[in-house]
Amino acid sequence: MSSRIRRVFLVACFAFAACKLDARNDYLGDKSPKQFGLGHAAPAADIAAQNIDVSPNGEGLPAGSGTPEQGAPVYAAACASCHGANGEGKPPYPQLIGGPRGNFNFASDFKIPRTIGNYWPYATTLYDYIRRAMPLTAPGTLTADQTYAVTAYLLNREGIVPAGTALDAKSLAAIVMPARDHFVQDDRRGSTGGKNVR
Amino acid sequence: MDESSSQPSPPITRRTLIAGAAVAGAGVILSNLPVDAQQKAAQQPAAAPPPPPTAPADPTKAPGAPTTAVGERSPFVHPQRAPVGEITGTSFTPHQDLEGTITPADLHFTRIHAGVPTIDPARHTLLIHGLVDRPIEFSVADLKRFPSVTRTHFVECSGNGRSAYRTPKPEMTPQHVDGMMSNSEWTGVPLDTLLRETGVKADAKWLLAEGGDACLLARSVPMSKARDDALVVWGQNGEPLRPEQGFPIRLLLPGYEGNMNVKWLRRVKLGTEPFMTRWETSKYTDPLPDGKARIFSFEMDAKSLITSPAYPEKLSGPGWWPIRGLAWSGRGRISRVDVSSDGGKTWLAADLLSPLTPKAAVRFERMWRWDGNESLLMSRAVDDAGYVQPTMAQLKAVRGPGTDYHFNGIRAWRVARDGSVTFEANT
Repeated sequence: MSSRIRRVFLVACFAFAACKLDARNDYLGDKSPKQFGLGHAAPAADIAAQNIDVSPNGEGLPAGSGTPEQGAPVYAAACASCHGANGEGKPPYPQLIGGPRGNFNFASDFKIPRTIGNYWPYATTLYDYIRRAMPLTAPGTLTADQTYAVTAYLLNREGIVPAGTALDAKSLAAIVMPARDHFVQDDRRGSTGGKNVR
Repeated sequence: MDESSSQPSPPITRRTLIAGAAVAGAGVILSNLPVDAQQKAAQQPAAAPPPPPTAPADPTKAPGAPTTAVGERSPFVHPQRAPVGEITGTSFTPHQDLEGTITPADLHFTRIHAGVPTIDPARHTLLIHGLVDRPIEFSVADLKRFPSVTRTHFVECSGNGRSAYRTPKPEMTPQHVDGMMSNSEWTGVPLDTLLRETGVKADAKWLLAEGGDACLLARSVPMSKARDDALVVWGQNGEPLRPEQGFPIRLLLPGYEGNMNVKWLRRVKLGTEPFMTRWETSKYTDPLPDGKARIFSFEMDAKSLITSPAYPEKLSGPGWWPIRGLAWSGRGRISRVDVSSDGGKTWLAADLLSPLTPKAAVRFERMWRWDGNESLLMSRAVDDAGYVQPTMAQLKAVRGPGTDYHFNGIRAWRVARDGSVTFEANT
């Protein structure tokens, strides 16, 4: 075989192998299907109904808005029974408000409360979590405006937004949380292929 | 305070929640919970097992019991998880009662954040969308038509061992120490196979995996893991998944912290960046002594646990005793387990009794001739990346006493002269 023919042959072999769906190379009826064609095209309505996640850049935040003042009664009605009237928490339900600020020394003592103001890196996470999971016994019952409002209330109680702030998709994504720069990527593996204890 | 705690927290009863909601007043209508859930609540903690039956003096002299549709354990044994909490709850695998490497599915640890949902498999779908060429919805029946794999992997909550790290007590059993690791044979389809059906856009770097429970638990997963060994599984230890393990389907990310192995999987969305959900930011991050917190610490480092001798066992006297335990690594295969009977002064390699497959628990054993003196038993796992399980002191030096996940320090058991065995956290 000339080198050119051999090269073409090898390229063809690799292309064929790349089309395979798994390591087994023989299926009855079709030796090399690109896809199995199972499942059905997802209807746009199904995607819209489930596509509830909110990213730090604000993608996924719905229309609507709310202020801390509007959020206070929502918090009292929907959140305070577990998290306490002032966000102080009722074990095992976590404290939301009032953790110490200024030094990020949580590794020194596990009893230091980690709250929205001293540990949450992204404000958008609040909206995402409340929308998907809260209140615990009736998730998904808050409106978009109520969710913005209770988010604004919590951020105001943590001193992150001033009273009267109307949070919406744009202003919520623009908030830089106090803990934002304290998070670092996993470096346990290190340069020695996993031998380091870090 | 910490709902992912691996130490018992005050039980949450549905009645107190409903009472709390009533006090909270109008504004939001909180749903009532099913009556059967309240009845189940009343059963916790688990009742003491019934006394064993009286066995005939000679069971060979009369016919025994008939066959049954579903078998039960011998009435002489009562392995039980230790459930704590209901809606946000935990239950621990009783390692001291188990053999070999496979955890019976009904004893696999559980960690739930919004209760165990009841899902009709005929109505459940998996949606894959976002940065794909073709968004597709798969029924459970569709998924089962793909070429499948059956593999053994452990799942470990990254909070496993928290009590032993922070608030150890001599009277801790293997279940209390490390009961949030379980090991199963899983059957499912590689996620990569499904992603070939949908096609993947070149800029897709992360995916969001979302469960169909009442908190829609969601975690970001790197695409590299999705295309490596991630599975969408429907089978566990020869049967369909149990409800509390994700029926009808769950995500399995071999070697990654348990929380990411999203149960009741209903949606996978591909994106360019991590989604920064609550569970990967305010939870499941690891505070460090330098004023930082590690994020996306996915892999579970190598760990081992002696399951016997262990509290509350009492050795009847000097002589030969097997030291038995489990070892696992989220980064690959276990390559060696060393055991010591003198508190780590001298070590001997244990026998590894089961096949060494990646990211799966292995059973180890080493015979030990106890001379009747006080002894300190330890085990130390080594994986094929060359990582050696550190002592607790090493771990605390680099992570700090208040760190929150990945507690894989060496565990020890103190054998007293009277044969009693207690847990020793300081290694």
